[in-house]
Amino acid sequence: MLQREEQESHSIQVRDLTKKFGDFTAVDNISFSIKRGEIFAFLGPNGAGKTTTIKMLTTLLHPTSGTMLVNGYDPMKDQDAVRRSFGIVFQDQSLDEELTAYENMEFHGVLYRVPDRILRKRIEELLNFVELWDRKNDLVKHFSGGMKRRLEIARGLLHTPQVLFLDEPTIGLDPQTRNHIWKYLKDLNRTEGITVFFTTHYMDEAERVADRVAIIDQGRIVAEGSPEELKKKTDAKSLEEAFLSLTGKKIREEEAGSIDQMRMTRRMWGR
Amino acid sequence: MFRTIYILWLRQLKRYVRSRSRIIGSLGQPLLFLVALGYGFGPIFQKAGAGNYLEFLAPGVIAMSILFTAIFSGIEIIWDKQFGFLKETLVAPVSRLNIMIGRTLGGATVATLQGIIVFFLSIAAGFRPTNLTFLPVALLIMALTALLFTAMGTAIASLLEDMQGFQMVMNFLVMPIFFLSGALFPLSGLPDPIVITAGLNPLSYGVDGIRGALVGQMHFGFITDLAVLSGVTALFLVTGSYLFSKMEI
Ligand SMILES: Nc1ncnc2c1ncn2[C@@H]1O[C@H](COP(=O)(O)OP(=O)(O)OP(=O)(O)O)[C@@H](O)[C@H]1O
Ligand SMILES: [Mg+2]
Repeated sequence: MLQREEQESHSIQVRDLTKKFGDFTAVDNISFSIKRGEIFAFLGPNGAGKTTTIKMLTTLLHPTSGTMLVNGYDPMKDQDAVRRSFGIVFQDQSLDEELTAYENMEFHGVLYRVPDRILRKRIEELLNFVELWDRKNDLVKHFSGGMKRRLEIARGLLHTPQVLFLDEPTIGLDPQTRNHIWKYLKDLNRTEGITVFFTTHYMDEAERVADRVAIIDQGRIVAEGSPEELKKKTDAKSLEEAFLSLTGKKIREEEAGSIDQMRMTRRMWGR
Repeated sequence: MFRTIYILWLRQLKRYVRSRSRIIGSLGQPLLFLVALGYGFGPIFQKAGAGNYLEFLAPGVIAMSILFTAIFSGIEIIWDKQFGFLKETLVAPVSRLNIMIGRTLGGATVATLQGIIVFFLSIAAGFRPTNLTFLPVALLIMALTALLFTAMGTAIASLLEDMQGFQMVMNFLVMPIFFLSGALFPLSGLPDPIVITAGLNPLSYGVDGIRGALVGQMHFGFITDLAVLSGVTALFLVTGSYLFSKMEI
């Protein structure tokens, strides 16, 4: 079992976690821990098992085997406690497009039982933070991809979670919007000490933003450490080179795989 | 818990009220049935000594619009599943049972409203209810029918992967439920297989109850209608909740 002390200094602890879909092993016996206040990146190609890991940590999927602790709670046993303690931005868009930005926030606040008198103030604060307050009464279907992403981040923070999960938060966005989003997240991490767990396949993003990176490929963690350590270990100049020498391949075949392209199109069309 | 259910209910209602094109579009079909069938078959019906056909048909068309709207509201879960919003609800610290209750109540409210709109539409088309004192009974039966088929839609949606299965559900389940319910023709004097099928079809009891309340013609009677509708609704609510709680995304 996990040590008490370790539990307090860590937001997330994962031991020998495995998920099989039929015969196929999507996540293969992985272990890692994330310290409180850390920004941790899961870096891996399509189908590596990033989303599957997040789904298990966030109570959406049952693991085949292994143990997990999120903020000291077991996602399989203390579902509600775990759910209250994290915020999440899913890989695919998850807003109600027929509702306004404010209504999406309000819906979330009620589900998470944020008390009424705090709720309104907090929504205003967060929508200001992501610079969407003046668009609060617009239907989400009229928002751009970047605006939707920012709204999802604001929503994920509404119930003051200790950990924020972000599954490919910047995929399909232009570099300017990507920088913008990371500016918010960095700020948040610095001022509120919130732990951030994100997945990405943008090397530069992992290198620039993350305190620590785990490289995941075919369901296995092949390396873990700070970007500096990973580069040193593989004698590489950039994280990209390090990735190449650790996994023997590039992270994405061409510009973007067909799955990503579909996602981008979907986002562009507002779906 | 009540706030959770309330906000889920409110969401369904807001989505309905905002999709004005959906409301208007969904009125085309009942109007067509009322005008084309009501007036087209009217003379034959009258000649056969069965009375005023529009009077007979209108409650059936009201039931039809409730059936379609309710099933669609239930099936909307697939939509949410495909477009991601469902995940937002499922990672929240709320029990799945409450989510299911909120959605089902919302869907049923929307379907009942749709039924009320079609009631007024049929009045505009020339339908005259014979007994207005039974209006509350008609409303109760409409609401029960709406609840029943929303729960059924939710149960089905929990089993389907994506929208592709939806067309099949429409063709092989919803259409037969509608056509074999006595919504369009009287059940008495028909071949046994049709009468038996109609007897197994929950919509028949909804149609019967609404018709009984509005124009005083009945096949089964109110007691049977209410008993069957409540029983089947309870059954679908339980199955729907169970299937929904088992759904993985
Ligand atoms: N419900 C499921 N049933 C069967 N296979 C699944 C299921 N979910 C995921 N998989 C498979 O598990 C593997 C890992 O998927 P996952 O979504 O975790 O990858 P990922 O690292 O998030 O990739 P991406 O960068 O494309 O998002 C893939 O091969 C995927 O096809
Ligand atoms: Mg993924």
